[in-house]
Amino acid sequence: MSEEEQNTPAAAGPARRSVLKAGGATAAVAVAAGPAAAGGAGGPTALPRAVADITLRVNGAEHPLSVEARVTLLDALRERLGLTGAKKGCDRGECGACTVLVDGRRVKSCTTLAVMQEGREVTTVEGLARGDELHPVQEAFVRRDAFQCGFCTPGQIVSAVACVQEGHGGSRDEIREWMSGNLCRCGCYPNIVDAVRDAAEAEEARR
Amino acid sequence: MRRFDYARTSRAGEAVDLVAGEPTGAFVAGGTDLLNLMKDGAEAPDLVVDINDLPLSDVEVVGEAARERLRIGALARLADVAAHPRVSRELPVLTEALLATASPQVRNMATVGGNLMQRTRCWYFRDPDFACNKRAPGSGCPAQEGQNRWHAILGGSDHCIAVHPSDLAVALRALDATVHTLGPGGRRAIAIGDFHREPGAAPERETALRHGELITAVEVPLPRRGTRSGYLKVRDRATFEFAVVSAAAVLRMDGRTVRDIALAFGGIATRPWRSAAAEDALRGRRLTDDTVAAAGRALVAGARPRTHNAFKVELVQRALHEVLGALGDDR
Ligand SMILES: Cc1cc2nc3c(=O)[nH]c(=O)nc-3n(C[C@H](O)[C@H](O)[C@H](O)COP(=O)(O)OP(=O)(O)OC[C@H]3O[C@@H](n4cnc5c(N)ncnc54)[C@H](O)[C@@H]3O)c2cc1C
Ligand code: SF4
Ligand code: FES
Ligand code: FES
Repeated sequence: MSEEEQNTPAAAGPARRSVLKAGGATAAVAVAAGPAAAGGAGGPTALPRAVADITLRVNGAEHPLSVEARVTLLDALRERLGLTGAKKGCDRGECGACTVLVDGRRVKSCTTLAVMQEGREVTTVEGLARGDELHPVQEAFVRRDAFQCGFCTPGQIVSAVACVQEGHGGSRDEIREWMSGNLCRCGCYPNIVDAVRDAAEAEEARR
Repeated sequence: MRRFDYARTSRAGEAVDLVAGEPTGAFVAGGTDLLNLMKDGAEAPDLVVDINDLPLSDVEVVGEAARERLRIGALARLADVAAHPRVSRELPVLTEALLATASPQVRNMATVGGNLMQRTRCWYFRDPDFACNKRAPGSGCPAQEGQNRWHAILGGSDHCIAVHPSDLAVALRALDATVHTLGPGGRRAIAIGDFHREPGAAPERETALRHGELITAVEVPLPRRGTRSGYLKVRDRATFEFAVVSAAAVLRMDGRTVRDIALAFGGIATRPWRSAAAEDALRGRRLTDDTVAAAGRALVAGARPRTHNAFKVELVQRALHEVLGALGDDR
């Protein structure tokens, strides 16, 4: 995606309706496109369109948004909602810098569309702390000095929160395998593993 | 990414009609391959139909006692299939192949149907600045004489030597899975061996699916008691990487002789590769260094290596030796 495309305000584009070529498909949509479908992507059927009005639920708050279908969840979070914690490293699912939780599960927000998240609950790194009180995983990263430049860190932390919750923090080897979706160009892996292990131990003690 | 229309439905028939009615229409499930292809410009659908609301995520056991099958919904996420208790207990080859796939985040997103339909990682295919018969039929295949370390030694043609990248599909081939679909013409069941195609003269046709045909489920017969299975994946780094070569084995012994065996391979071929010749070389025999070496030779007998991938001929034989060594031990 080019810079120009990313910065185009999505709502400015005309709401283009698809011209469905096959008669059968048109009929299927027409029949199903009752009042429920007219609302938004969350209805039983959403009509084909290039711009959609959706509600993104992020860190407990609802954000009504008009977005082009091609906008990724990552771009919507960063460019539209100003949540710049999730980073764009590779934009191809390979580095993990964009990791967020969707319905409690860690995903790479660069390889899913914003319009696909209607009705789901997104948690970004900004949503982890309670006021001034850091999330235990954030605390552990600070205590273990588990970063250098910090670019990968929000993705590492969100991924680590899920890793611990899943019960995959049992040993250093297990952590290395289950944190493998997050790359660190600064090579802070030993300290990241220490931080995740600390958080997992604290979690085990609490259970 | 080019602009496209987006639709979402909770009815499978409607999803099929929508995609079938648009020549460049595509389903999206996890989006982990489709979005990359669209960003790279290797695919440019005008309509994307979101199928995540279809009720196709369940993993369940179906069929009567002696002939039980595992029915995996097309939208089941790789992470959930790998963690299913019946899968990890009775189908280790499947769990091992899935846990060796991509990263935890990708496995939370990626679906079984999307995994079977993912496109090759051939770098020429993914970069529209290059010619590629698969992406632009008739334009040529730069991999034949170019950088072909990742490419196939089996099942290729002068038109294409791209490797099918799925780990799951290799395990499913060894397990004799069946792919269930719903298309514009109705429902059908396709044996996994007939699902992926060799490129021949038409590398743009990769599977038996027609345009608009939706995978609804994959069924795997649950193996009889005493069956052992495993998956070995050889990568350029320890984890989170596609296979250089991989081997899936499903084995049933009768004392010290092989009663039945299924062997499938990844990383070496244009489609998930099953080798009847290697299986024949072992069925009814003991698993010794000699018999396994003979099976390995049978596997690569028709191999046609290129400039940078000749090492796979040896490597895949060693992978076979390794995976059988781990399973054949009397435990
Ligand atoms: C960084 C990275 C690393 C990876 N490593 C591996 C690896 O080691 N091993 C491996 O096997 N894979 C690997 N993959 C590939 C990954 O497994 C696939 O991208 C994923 O399984 C595709 O599933 P999806 O649901 O995201 O498909 P989507 O991206 O949504 O769709 C992919 C294709 O399948 C079609 N499709 C989807 N569902 C259906 C259906 N039900 N019926 C018909 N067509 C359908 C779509 O139209 C599209 O053409 C990797 C991917 C990434 C991004
Ligand atoms: S190997 Fe196949 S996919 Fe790769 S460049 Fe040649 S034709 Fe294209
Ligand atoms: S930016 Fe999403 S994985 Fe790299
Ligand atoms: S701290 Fe710099 S990339 Fe990880």
